[in-house]
Amino acid sequence: MSSEVKVFYNKCVENSFCENKSDLSKSSCSVKNKNQINNKILYKGILVYAEQRHGKLANIVYELLNNGRKLADELNTTLSTILIGYYDDENDIKIKSQELINNGADKVYVCNNPVLFEFQDDSYTNILVQLIIREKPEIVLISATNIGRSFAPRIASRIYTGLAADCILLKIDSETRNLQQIRPVLDGKIMATILTPDNRPQISTVRSNIFNKIKTKKERKGEIFYFNTNPKLLKSRTETLGFIKNVDDEKTIKIEDADVVVAGGKGVGESKGFELIKELAKILGGVVAASKAAVDANWISSMYQIGQTGRTISPKIYIACGISGQIQHNVGMASSDIIISINKDHTCPMMQIATYALKGDMYEIIPKIIKKIKLYKKT
Amino acid sequence: MNIVICIKQVSKLIIESTINTIDSRMCRVNRETAKLILNPFDKYVIEESVRIKEKMGGKVTAITMGPYKSESILRKAISKGVDEAFLISDIAFKGSDALATSYVLSCAIKHIRRDYDIIICGTQSLDGDTGQVGPSIAEMLDIPHISYVSKIESIDIDKKTIKVIRKMEDGYDIIRSSIPVLLTVVKGINTPRMTSFKSNMISKKAKVKILNAFDINADIKKIGLRGSPTKVAKLLTISYSYDIISKKSTEEETCDQIIDILIRRLFNMKII
Repeated sequence: MSSEVKVFYNKCVENSFCENKSDLSKSSCSVKNKNQINNKILYKGILVYAEQRHGKLANIVYELLNNGRKLADELNTTLSTILIGYYDDENDIKIKSQELINNGADKVYVCNNPVLFEFQDDSYTNILVQLIIREKPEIVLISATNIGRSFAPRIASRIYTGLAADCILLKIDSETRNLQQIRPVLDGKIMATILTPDNRPQISTVRSNIFNKIKTKKERKGEIFYFNTNPKLLKSRTETLGFIKNVDDEKTIKIEDADVVVAGGKGVGESKGFELIKELAKILGGVVAASKAAVDANWISSMYQIGQTGRTISPKIYIACGISGQIQHNVGMASSDIIISINKDHTCPMMQIATYALKGDMYEIIPKIIKKIKLYKKT
Repeated sequence: MNIVICIKQVSKLIIESTINTIDSRMCRVNRETAKLILNPFDKYVIEESVRIKEKMGGKVTAITMGPYKSESILRKAISKGVDEAFLISDIAFKGSDALATSYVLSCAIKHIRRDYDIIICGTQSLDGDTGQVGPSIAEMLDIPHISYVSKIESIDIDKKTIKVIRKMEDGYDIIRSSIPVLLTVVKGINTPRMTSFKSNMISKKAKVKILNAFDINADIKKIGLRGSPTKVAKLLTISYSYDIISKKSTEEETCDQIIDILIRRLFNMKII
């Protein structure tokens, strides 16, 4: 690490004003911000929650930082991020923090403690609430993952502020400094713009693969703050007893992280058809996915579903086999770099948005592609 | 074992009717013209609560907040084995966001069943789809919660603990929590039962109690539009427009030719 990172051992979190008055873990503290409407001006800066699971930073963190950086520049303010977890190697924290700084953060707050190794709603909420009360960010961005969706509502409720869930686009109204939080509602048929005009911070959970997630290696300068919280706040009423990793080999690669996704829809016709799709995915080093129609027909588990009620992905290559491309499906994959559509009906929406539209029967076209790839690999 | 479930009536829209169904001036969904159904995520909530009762004994109380029409979903819950049902309805609730809704429901739970052991909610609703109300109620009641529960492993009445499996993106966490606790259960945690003719008749005769904001002791400042920090500024119906510049395959090019071009590109991208 060549950069000059200033490291502060910070104790002020211990005596933040809220804790002096009441115990944060008690929800009696939740409705204290009566004067918040008048104090809006006190809230400055953007805070991104740097989600990690089992020690590894989630991919969405880079997207949140990229987007947060853009918003911070527009608002002419700073971007902070907080890493909560446990790393027994001090160096590991420094590398992770520097990575967060390189990707746009000005400040990194680190809360490192053995009890924080596994995510618990209670302790993680306590820590983030404490930081929000102390640092007063005007915007807080949290990943719309199972972790983020689980504890973000607790944070918003305790601070008594607005939370817009599952946002797919964030814009700033430069006049009011309000964040325009755009999210799909009513099964994805409508896009709603949500504002939190009178309360601060404005909290959003953001879906992954919506923004640019390019990791940068360029060194930036930033500050790292370690803080040791009050042991009371680290207590949780839940505990993790174990973890069962997904065993199915396709599931070990998260669909969200795959470069190549081969998806099947109604046009596959039967569950056996997914064997062919699997074969194509395998030869391309990709993963299998499906549309809602294929999941509803019980050809494949809902774990693989792409779209409004499933996963949102933006792979380099998305191959849609027998998927007509209803809007509910397309919101989940429309930002893919290259879309290849195989369909009998050349007028369907998927064929219209595809980079490569292959008209015909997938049971003829896919074996042809597989054969040609094998041939190409040999030569 | 006292179990409380929070369920919701949602509007299911078909695309054609969307525009008429939205009151764009008010930025609210006009439920009058939409088809009303039980939130599909909540049928698993009802089933799971009844299964716990059948195994451990106790009582299941169903609560919903909404207009008088929502009564029908409470009757449906009763037909599946729920013991008592409450409809929380008041014109003052109109325009409540997730936070205000959670506040109303937490007030209702405190009023109706202060001695609850387990509260169960769905992970999200079909219409609003915020997924916030469950964890938010837990926060307001100052109890722990576990989201995305895919299985209830065991409940220890003496020690007052519960062991569940939580579904995550990369696998399953085994979590233990103290009781009282709030759980949000995932779609597919169980297979909801069919109802018999007899149980349907019983549910038709069952009494659904209706409570208003005053009954449940809700602070008028924290409900409705006034109590909602989030405001809906704009609603847009989605059309088929994308920012994607797509290279259309020309008519002359046959399928085979496109495959050749495609494979070359895949090679250039180092995919193959």
